[in-house]
Amino acid sequence: MNRETLPLRSQLLYQLLCLLILLIVLFPLLWVFAIALDPRDIARPTSLIPPGASLQAFAKVLQKPTPNPVNFAELARNSLLLAGGVSLFSVVLGTSAAYAFSRFRFPGRQVGMLAFVIVLMLPNVATLAALFVMLNLLIGPQLRNSIVGVGIAMTAASLPFAIWNMKGFIDTIPRDLEEAAHIDGASLNQTFIRIILPLAVPGLAVTALWGFLGGWTEFALSWQFISNPRWFTLAMALYGMQGQYASNTPWSQFAAMSILVSIPAVLIFFALQRYIVSGLTVGGVKG
Amino acid sequence: MSTAQETIGPQAASKARLSLEERRRASTVRTAYTYIAPAAVVMVIITFFPLFYQLWISFTNFSNLNLRSSSLLGQMLGSFIPSLAETYNSPSLVGLENYWRIVSNELAQILSGFDFWRILLFNVVWTIINVFFHVSIGIAVALLLNVQGLWFKRFYRALYILPWAMPGLVMAMVWKNMFDDQTGSVNMLLRLLGHPGNIRWLQQIDPPIRFLPLFPLSFYVVLITNIWLGWPFMMTVATGALQGIPHELYEAASMDGASRWQRFWTITLPLLRPAMVPAIMIGTMMTFNQFNVIYFVSGGGPLHQTEILVTQAFRLVNETTINLAGVGNVRPYGIAAAFAYIVFVVLAIITLITNRISRATEAYYE
Repeated sequence: MNRETLPLRSQLLYQLLCLLILLIVLFPLLWVFAIALDPRDIARPTSLIPPGASLQAFAKVLQKPTPNPVNFAELARNSLLLAGGVSLFSVVLGTSAAYAFSRFRFPGRQVGMLAFVIVLMLPNVATLAALFVMLNLLIGPQLRNSIVGVGIAMTAASLPFAIWNMKGFIDTIPRDLEEAAHIDGASLNQTFIRIILPLAVPGLAVTALWGFLGGWTEFALSWQFISNPRWFTLAMALYGMQGQYASNTPWSQFAAMSILVSIPAVLIFFALQRYIVSGLTVGGVKG
Repeated sequence: MSTAQETIGPQAASKARLSLEERRRASTVRTAYTYIAPAAVVMVIITFFPLFYQLWISFTNFSNLNLRSSSLLGQMLGSFIPSLAETYNSPSLVGLENYWRIVSNELAQILSGFDFWRILLFNVVWTIINVFFHVSIGIAVALLLNVQGLWFKRFYRALYILPWAMPGLVMAMVWKNMFDDQTGSVNMLLRLLGHPGNIRWLQQIDPPIRFLPLFPLSFYVVLITNIWLGWPFMMTVATGALQGIPHELYEAASMDGASRWQRFWTITLPLLRPAMVPAIMIGTMMTFNQFNVIYFVSGGGPLHQTEILVTQAFRLVNETTINLAGVGNVRPYGIAAAFAYIVFVVLAIITLITNRISRATEAYYE
């Protein structure tokens, strides 16, 4: 195409448009930072730009984020346990199943694929009533009302996605290497561990971290299952802070908490951005 | 003699080869099952069994009073065998009553504001409008950032995906705060512009556009929020696809005298389609089940006018109590289960439709 530069007039017009979009994108984020740094920590911010700035709100949130006897570190530990546990569990089980679905023809394959594609589209709210009732009876209200109960319920939702995502990825790995290994006398287990797994590392990372991001901000299941403050997660505490009446909310603390909860998620997202996009679209085509 | 032997020889060899092949295949099948088994066992217990279990619950009057029982299976049997009912604290079978109460809106008598068909219609319209904006804004911005010689492209691209990178749950709560009628930044901004800035975004009941009664003011708030959250995903997919379109095509078209508009419709859009269709399918599902935006921003309000299926399903399990004659207030898990099953059917239908659409486009291009 024409290699010459854009005429200055169009360039400026486009730049103006780009800056306008940037403003719309950044406005909510700037607003969060503005109220988080507001030194007055008031329930009713009165200006878009607060007078002065302080990190008080962050300090308060780290010490005592909610009226419940639980601190930020404990909330973060619960969220980490939940997100990490669910992610690890579904990646390990999911990858092994995905390998079988991708590489072998066996009786029941079609039925199995169909079964997990059907549950793939179910939002986790769809079996909430059944899981809640079932876990109350099977593991008891005590354990249900903890990270374990929520973790089990969340795995139910994240495992089908992990299988689907990993199958999509393993499908793209060429078979030549496995065939060569097979001729050299490698068993199927050896091929899986020595060839498939190392080549699937990007897929594994995306599936794991995608699962982690989902768990990090999971709300509906935790809110239904957990009433014991000891097991509250960051997402639950954040919702609790906002409360019913906006005029009573300590907005600076809410904003500070929002920022703290978001930072790990945003970092992970940007680190994996490339893979997330290609992973999602590849999986979509393969169905 | 010798000829006979010659014919037997290869046969025997092929027989031996066949059994070797068979043995190999049997061992492959065994390996396949071994790899699937752990995931299959877990999914049967915590995904498929609950689906089946939920079906049973949906045909009973299961409530929080039935949460304690010495045996899960005993409790299920008890609803069929009256002599076991007492022992296992079983709920009683009510047939299709729960389903009927939902689709006939009879539930509204005990659950004020409940209207299944309105929720379903709203949910579908909400999805279509959102996906339309996500896709058109996404493509438009991708085109803007694809202009030859534009400065700071990479900078804009990196920052524009922030709404997608931020956790949806956090941003939904932030947007709710922004549209708060007293402390929100949107009303503050309006005041700076000379407007009284007293709009009750989330509480006003009258629809702002009279002839669109489906949409209260809070609909526009959740719409703006979800557009803000959703377009960067479409932009990213469109950007990737745009970069794959060879420049020669445009050059040839220009030489043939095609206008910019014609080039967009005949080259850009058709070549974007293969990448956009799967993205639109994912986007449709995510928007249809967009729990965070509805639940945290409008809360389904005012008067349940912006409720969607998943938020209603959650409310039925989490917040709803109904008054049963002679029993008092209970949690209606039976009704919640029936509702979830109806959602399941709706989602299955939508998946079938989107699958058909995407398959149709695939056939068109291959």
